[in-house]
Amino acid sequence: MKSIVRLRYIWFIISLVVIIPGAVFFAMYGLRTGIDFAGGALWDLHFPTKQLNELNTEAIAEVFAKNGFEGAQVQLSTVKVNGVDVSSAVVRTKELSAVNPKDQKDAVVAGLTAVFGTVEPQELQSVGPTVSAEATRSAAIAVLGACLAILVYLTIAFRNAPNPVRYGICALLAMLHDVLVVLGMAAILGYAIGLEIDAYFLTALLTVISFSVHDTIVVFDRIRENVGRRRAGESFEDIVNHSIVQTLPRSINTQLTSVFSLTALLLFGGVTIRNLVIILLIGLLSGTYSSIFNAAQMLVVWENREWRTWFRKQAA
Amino acid sequence: MRNREVAPMIFILLLTIVCSWITFAPNDTWLGRDVSVRLGLDLQGGTQVLMKAEGTNDKELMRTAATVIERRVNGLGVSEAIVQLSGENRIIVELPGVKNPEQAIETLRGTGRLEFIDTKGAFVAEGTIVKTTGNPNPVMPEVDPNAPVDPANPAPNPDQTIYESITDGKDLDTKQVALRVATDAVNNKPAVTFAFLGESGTRLGTFSAANIQKPMCIALDNVIVSCPVIQSALVGGSGEITSATREEAEKILNQLKYGSLPVTLSIESSRTVSATLGANSVAASIVAGMVGLIVVGLFMMFYYRLPGVLATIALVIYTVIIFAVHKLVPITLTLSGIAGFILSVGLAVDANVLIFARLKEELRNKRSLARAVEAGFDEAWPAIRDSSASTLITSAILFVFGNSFGVSLIKGFALTLALGVLLNLFTAVVVTRTFLRLVVRAKAAQSLWFYEIDSETDLREQRTAS
Repeated sequence: MKSIVRLRYIWFIISLVVIIPGAVFFAMYGLRTGIDFAGGALWDLHFPTKQLNELNTEAIAEVFAKNGFEGAQVQLSTVKVNGVDVSSAVVRTKELSAVNPKDQKDAVVAGLTAVFGTVEPQELQSVGPTVSAEATRSAAIAVLGACLAILVYLTIAFRNAPNPVRYGICALLAMLHDVLVVLGMAAILGYAIGLEIDAYFLTALLTVISFSVHDTIVVFDRIRENVGRRRAGESFEDIVNHSIVQTLPRSINTQLTSVFSLTALLLFGGVTIRNLVIILLIGLLSGTYSSIFNAAQMLVVWENREWRTWFRKQAA
Repeated sequence: MRNREVAPMIFILLLTIVCSWITFAPNDTWLGRDVSVRLGLDLQGGTQVLMKAEGTNDKELMRTAATVIERRVNGLGVSEAIVQLSGENRIIVELPGVKNPEQAIETLRGTGRLEFIDTKGAFVAEGTIVKTTGNPNPVMPEVDPNAPVDPANPAPNPDQTIYESITDGKDLDTKQVALRVATDAVNNKPAVTFAFLGESGTRLGTFSAANIQKPMCIALDNVIVSCPVIQSALVGGSGEITSATREEAEKILNQLKYGSLPVTLSIESSRTVSATLGANSVAASIVAGMVGLIVVGLFMMFYYRLPGVLATIALVIYTVIIFAVHKLVPITLTLSGIAGFILSVGLAVDANVLIFARLKEELRNKRSLARAVEAGFDEAWPAIRDSSASTLITSAILFVFGNSFGVSLIKGFALTLALGVLLNLFTAVVVTRTFLRLVVRAKAAQSLWFYEIDSETDLREQRTAS
């Protein structure tokens, strides 16, 4: 098991292999923002008297257009309500009027009822432009604030280890790795299955941040302890390797139990929080990986000041 | 040695009993307290709106507006509604379980209609909803037929008669509405003075002159607030309403002065979830939670053997405590809160996993069982402490952020997660430890197989490896 640290550059490359495609998608298509951040309205309508093939997206969009919501995006699907399949349409439009939202809603529902029979609005969310702009701003503040607070905490927690700032920064870099993985995957999933960035996504992202640090701390705690009990002739590299091996069962088992409970949530927990769970699963996997294969390895790179040799190799 | 576990064990037992009692309380009442689970909007259906006051950020005005809305919410008969000021000029209103949310919001946002109505000499009970010529179609409250009737405050009965409105609320000069306390022998009762302007004033003068000693009712948004008897003609539309007590007078004053909304509210964002969707989510979450708990428990028992069994018992205790706290405080349960809880089940195990991993190491180093248990806890503690702290920091930031978002879903998640982390510390460090200390003394639990050590070779292998 001595090889975990020796193969550190391989682990870094694996991370890049995951991050780069996500970054490409991010650059090309960006994130698909939901109404929490982009503003607009989301209608979830059930048509209990119609089969899915009796509905069509254009006809629904047309009813919306007639009532002042041009360019409505309609998605049809079948959902189970109390064990019965019901046809449903999820419609994205611009936000409802700030003055007479009820009239607008009533007009749309009446219009749809005239064409498709009974319509049951299951969910209607509308977010105005100021609110979504503020949400975006507070989201950025929240993420930055969390990073900063954790850096400070880590520096304090590891103050007795040599070079406490290194631990903080390496944990933070590992965290950044997880944020990049999550954002990249969100960009890919947004493109592939229409995953949207909403308040749930942000909640998941912040949780991933905290778990990433949580995992890293467990590994670092072992390193801190083993550095204190350093035996003669033991290099820092050996200590880190030894610490990783010691914490590996715990990392894997905690990962497994979290994956178990999240999978249960994904399979049985209903549609509403599916995005939250998907992001959490991706983030937790990435968090465990980065704490073992990135954070601890970076400590070694830093200890050996290996960057001095990076460019020399290239030149040679 | 033996006494050290007695006190924690009794404490754990008592806590578990009390929490189970709260969690499974019959009729959801515990010691006379209502401990029913509060479901958030996403679980029981309902609506949440963020309303913005146009052209003002006056604190006093906003507070008045919130009070007015709160009173109207109470009038709608919605239980567990929330009316909250947010930022400088926003009001958040959450109405769980309303059947026609848009209609309800319209009512809340209306400017408020204060009318003096002609009841043809009849007294109408306070709180009655009446139809008036000013507004013949008031919103009737949604009466839950299953709801217990509170004898002190019966549900208002809609009255089908359409009463004639004498005045129009917009003509009331709120500046002239004032409280007059008893001053002399003649004016020996507290009263509220008021004045109507314009046409309403003239009409009120004529009507009162013709109906002296008869009652005249005041309706606010079509709800009777008071039926004072006309003592003398209200010349020019100004007069006073005397009342028996100071409290009564103050109530009338508030109704008159603050009956109408002082600001115009526009709707910035709204979220409405139907009850069907909410019920579906509840059912799905219960299944997910049960499956998650069972799978995690099985994994722990198979992998960690005896300590795993203890950890699973601790996990069940943890679940019971979490539910009891939610019911007692009460903390509104939301979908994201449930996600936070299920995630915290995975996490709850983490502290135990850390401890058991250390325990196994100590046993491999040939320590005695009792000493290995102590060492396992001591060695695992710094990691547990530091990692819990980092999760608490993030939860706190999420909570504050969720607050500025005006969305309860993030706050629910943050709160459950933080609560989970704290309770985790308790179950791992107190509950599991006490269990382990007790168990390792039992004769039947001496075999190291129970602690993942399969044979002597297991011990030797480890020694050469390290």
